[in-house]
Amino acid sequence: MSYKQVLLHGLWKDLPPFRLVLGLCPSLAVTSSIENGMGMGLAVTFVLIFSNMMISMLRNIIPDKVRIACFIVLIATLVVIVEMVMKAFFFPLSQQLGIYIPLIVVNCIILGRAEAFASRNPVLLSMADGLSIGIGFTLSLSLVGSIREILGAGTWFGISLFGSNFEPFEFMIKAPGAFLCLGILLGLMNAYSRKRGESIIQT
Amino acid sequence: MDLLLLAIGAIFVNNILLAQYLGNCPFCGVSKKLSTSVGMGLAVVFVATLASIFTWLAFHYILKPYNMEFIRTLAFILIIAALVQFVEIFLKKQSKTLFNALGIYLPLITTNCAVMGITLLNIKYEFNFIEVVVFSAASASGFTLAIILFAGLRERLFISPVPKAMQGTAIALVTAGIMSMAFLGFTGMVK
Repeated sequence: MSYKQVLLHGLWKDLPPFRLVLGLCPSLAVTSSIENGMGMGLAVTFVLIFSNMMISMLRNIIPDKVRIACFIVLIATLVVIVEMVMKAFFFPLSQQLGIYIPLIVVNCIILGRAEAFASRNPVLLSMADGLSIGIGFTLSLSLVGSIREILGAGTWFGISLFGSNFEPFEFMIKAPGAFLCLGILLGLMNAYSRKRGESIIQT
Repeated sequence: MDLLLLAIGAIFVNNILLAQYLGNCPFCGVSKKLSTSVGMGLAVVFVATLASIFTWLAFHYILKPYNMEFIRTLAFILIIAALVQFVEIFLKKQSKTLFNALGIYLPLITTNCAVMGITLLNIKYEFNFIEVVVFSAASASGFTLAIILFAGLRERLFISPVPKAMQGTAIALVTAGIMSMAFLGFTGMVK
């Protein structure tokens, strides 16, 4: 695959979490506002780029049988770094995201990319893959976060949009709203892909 | 009485799947058939309870005395991964029937956020040992309850006329949303 293909595939063809249906937990849990969604997306992007880099560098050294354990240790190290940086410089955001920051370790997208891409491709290409998937994930979370925040609280980045007469549709920032929002977005995406005649429909 | 309230709260009010959004990947992945979801649910109860006990002990008796709380994430995932491997070997040797029932789900559990999430919540809520055991078993039972109910619904969905674009995961997520709405009705049952 060329660099251009690798850089673009995370934005539509393999767009997480819709196309890959991996990493659903953070997509549902932290998207009650766009700020949280974006913060989580950027944290995952950081971990993805560097985990892909390290795993690609070590791909010829790690024995095949214990590779999953090795991958998890590498990913966990990066997550500890993210956790500490967030606590030091973005304290309010890290309080909002709570246990979902350490849970990046078990985010299936990261392990999935390590297994499917980084463990069999050169370093720079793997980093490009991490960047592409990470940006796709950040954009998806920002979209879901925007929809839920605008409908559920009537604000966007904390700025009131509709004035004081607006009665917020509170259901959207609660748990059921997250599931419904994600399901309907996935359905719309499938409908669009079907219309364009693409063969990458998620079932 | 407090322990009973804790258990009911963990199963219904703060259901780990439908209110805390943990463990959604296996929720969507293995809930297509009732039998597989029962197996997955039981494996999660088993591993989550054991993992909670070990991570709690490790946190309070190893990490805390040496001021190494910052390494919590790394330590917990290692304990869970090692535990899953150990349980797999032990079951294979000791109990063939249990291994046949749970075996294929065990490797998936290492990256199940429900297990890791429960161990982290135990630390966050500062539980004592008895509370840890009750809370983790109850939370995992909540996971099992939700995944079994959901598998029942999905088997029906499979034979019903769903619009083409919504087939598969899309309609599953919407169904989960409606189920989550039903579980929201339990709010207020426990403080």
